[in-house]
Amino acid sequence: MGWGDPDRIFYRLCWGLSLGMVFLVIGIGITLFWGSLPSLKAFGWHFLVGRIWDPVNEKFGALPFLVGTLITSFGALILTLPFALSSGIFLAEYAPPRVADGLSTVIDLLAGIPSVIYGLWALFYLVPLVRWVEMKLGVIPFGLGLPTASLVLAVMILPYAASIIREVLRMVPHELKEAAYGLGATRWEVIRGVSIPYGLSGIVAGLLLSLGRALGETMAVTMVIGNRSEMPRSPWDLANTMASVIANEFTEASKDIHLSALIEIGLLLFLITLGVNILARIIILRLQVR
Amino acid sequence: MGNRETIVDPRGPIIFDIRNLWAYYGEKPAVKGVTCKIPEKRVTAVMGPSGCGKTTFIRCLNRLHELSPGARVEGEIFLRGKNILEIDPVVVRRRVGMVFQKPNPFPTMTIYDNVLAGYKLLGIKLRREEADRLVEEALRKAALWDEVKDSLHKRGTYLSGGQQQRLCIARALAVKPEVLLMDEPTSALDPKSTAKIEELVVELKKSVTIVIVTHNIAQAGRVSDYAAFFYLGELVEFGPTSQLFTVPRDKRTEEFLKGKFG
Amino acid sequence: MRSILWRKFKDRSALLVITVLAFLPALPLFHILYGIFRLGLPAFSWSFFTHLPTPPGEPNGGVGNAIVGTLMLSMLASALAIPVGILSGVYLSEYARGRFGEVVRVAADVLQGVPSIVLGIVGYLWLVKPMGHFSALSGAVALSLMMLPVIVRSTEEILRMLPYTLREASLSLGVNYWRTVIKVLIPTGLVGITTGILVALSRIMGETAPLLFTAFGNPFWNFNPLQPVDALPLTVFKYAISPYQDWIRQAWGASAVLTLMVLGLNLISRILARRLSGDGK
Repeated sequence: MGWGDPDRIFYRLCWGLSLGMVFLVIGIGITLFWGSLPSLKAFGWHFLVGRIWDPVNEKFGALPFLVGTLITSFGALILTLPFALSSGIFLAEYAPPRVADGLSTVIDLLAGIPSVIYGLWALFYLVPLVRWVEMKLGVIPFGLGLPTASLVLAVMILPYAASIIREVLRMVPHELKEAAYGLGATRWEVIRGVSIPYGLSGIVAGLLLSLGRALGETMAVTMVIGNRSEMPRSPWDLANTMASVIANEFTEASKDIHLSALIEIGLLLFLITLGVNILARIIILRLQVR
Repeated sequence: MGNRETIVDPRGPIIFDIRNLWAYYGEKPAVKGVTCKIPEKRVTAVMGPSGCGKTTFIRCLNRLHELSPGARVEGEIFLRGKNILEIDPVVVRRRVGMVFQKPNPFPTMTIYDNVLAGYKLLGIKLRREEADRLVEEALRKAALWDEVKDSLHKRGTYLSGGQQQRLCIARALAVKPEVLLMDEPTSALDPKSTAKIEELVVELKKSVTIVIVTHNIAQAGRVSDYAAFFYLGELVEFGPTSQLFTVPRDKRTEEFLKGKFG
Repeated sequence: MRSILWRKFKDRSALLVITVLAFLPALPLFHILYGIFRLGLPAFSWSFFTHLPTPPGEPNGGVGNAIVGTLMLSMLASALAIPVGILSGVYLSEYARGRFGEVVRVAADVLQGVPSIVLGIVGYLWLVKPMGHFSALSGAVALSLMMLPVIVRSTEEILRMLPYTLREASLSLGVNYWRTVIKVLIPTGLVGITTGILVALSRIMGETAPLLFTAFGNPFWNFNPLQPVDALPLTVFKYAISPYQDWIRQAWGASAVLTLMVLGLNLISRILARRLSGDGK
């Protein structure tokens, strides 16, 4: 079988391009690692626990951003959970098929609105709202900061989370539900006692995938988080996330070590989202086995 | 292996000379040491209960079998004296056409293009008149011309199931094969369409050798000149249909003909 | 056994609470759409679509260069991602058996999960740094990395749905496998594959983060892929965080253009997908 056989050539081409994609992914990891080396060498583990991010004096600790990312992402997840769960249940269990299809389409379309537009909207509508609340509560009324970022993230991941939960609940076998109805259960009892427990691991996986999105979300957060590279002192404070500090400082980083530190944050972000996604896939895989 | 005396060599010219053919899926043999000769320009029916290897057997004859994952073929299949297992499968399949259980016209193509698929897909350019002539000839042979001559440029999928199957026959005939393999071509069709295809099979043997798989005994009796009976991957009996049906030499053939296995 | 009335009451209240909670999030989502069109459409004018940006305060500023840039980036990214994506999808559906196929699938999934800002860094390190300057090409590479996994997986799925008999029909005519793929399988699955491409395209058109340090932005006309270009999302970002009323108005305008493009693509892909499922019957 030489190169003359066109079938062989075509196979090699498809195979080669697929292999290329695998190398692409490995290449992304290696590139990030390579770019982070100066920072890794200079700061080692202190990078992860350092509380000071001071480009002028070349002191780089990423803890404020790790904290900022965790607070906004988990905040968003908690805020969105009751709504996403309700939407998923409503679409899968209550809504008549036509309504569900229409609503799902609208939700999916809204999920397609670019992140930067969510940021624009948040800047002009959420910020005043949060400021008003902050004034009522008697905290410093920045308007910007962690709460605003969490809110806009919550709005952004909601369509995604809701559609996954809907799909998971639709996978619950009809016979199971009918068995419960046959025992005289009400609709709510069937949802609570059959559908949700059956779909629980799928729902968890869906929430993890949504978390993965929130962790890496950049633009909307960058626009409303206030961009302050200090350790946040309260949940109302200005802050920075890993993604937002990269977006803000990357093109302005004049020193190599600053750039390298930002790349290391990118590497961390890559690894964290990778971990979260892998966890979600493992759960989904288990689900399929069952 | 079948007993020697139950495998009768046909009279007249031979097109396929099959020697000790084994076909495997992974480690499991589906065809076990088949040896027989297939007569030219005759209809040979391949019968047997489901799972007996009859479909696998004919899929060896145009080397489609080896496309299945883990599939393997051993032995020799001489097509007019040349072992097809040593020829490029693409060439073999031009000489040995096939019609499948379910009609499978190309859904993106018109009736006209479907008939010419064997040329168009290979990038063979035909002159307009030549193409028209080929299409008409193939559709006439497949007894479909009168029904579709006014709608040649409609999609093939717009036809009824029986018409689609005849379109597939026309498609296979258009490349002028020496042998036409038919894998239960009527199993997805209604009785009327089935009758039409059967008539067609009898008519076609004037120009092409036909090997037809069927689990329908009556159908084998109606259309075939020779018949092969497979059981559990073995060729149990092979001979003229009239002889095999009236005085089967093997007990298993007899039981099958009496309807003892499903 | 609790009383039937109490159980009925719980059932009804659950329905009520869930319905309310399900519809509440529609409010912000619709408010965003409302904002985009109420504030964005008035910014539309001939000069808005055809002119270059102007400094704040000067009239008749437009986003013409950004529209051109977005189209250029989308086309370049598609040119890079579509052939590779389709052929890798063909590999997964037609040839991949065993371990290597799984590795490719995992790679696609990993790639899909990489945050877009990280892909921006990668585009910077792979192209901007070696070339010494920002360029449309580097932005397109970052965007194509986002498109690739979507196209690969959707192509694989579509081709897998095609019946095996279709392949047999072609192969039994003595057609080579590669011709069978190119001339039978891909045309038959074309609607679905196109849908996947449009979905991928609608995702990257609005992306900002990967462009910040690759395409970078450029206030002038540019048609050279090796030079920096502007893009609508970059314009929205830059104008939105500016203090100038006029720029903010244009940010909404640019958002409206972008939304129309993205929703338009989404809608087309949906119509195609519906036609696909209609054909299946």
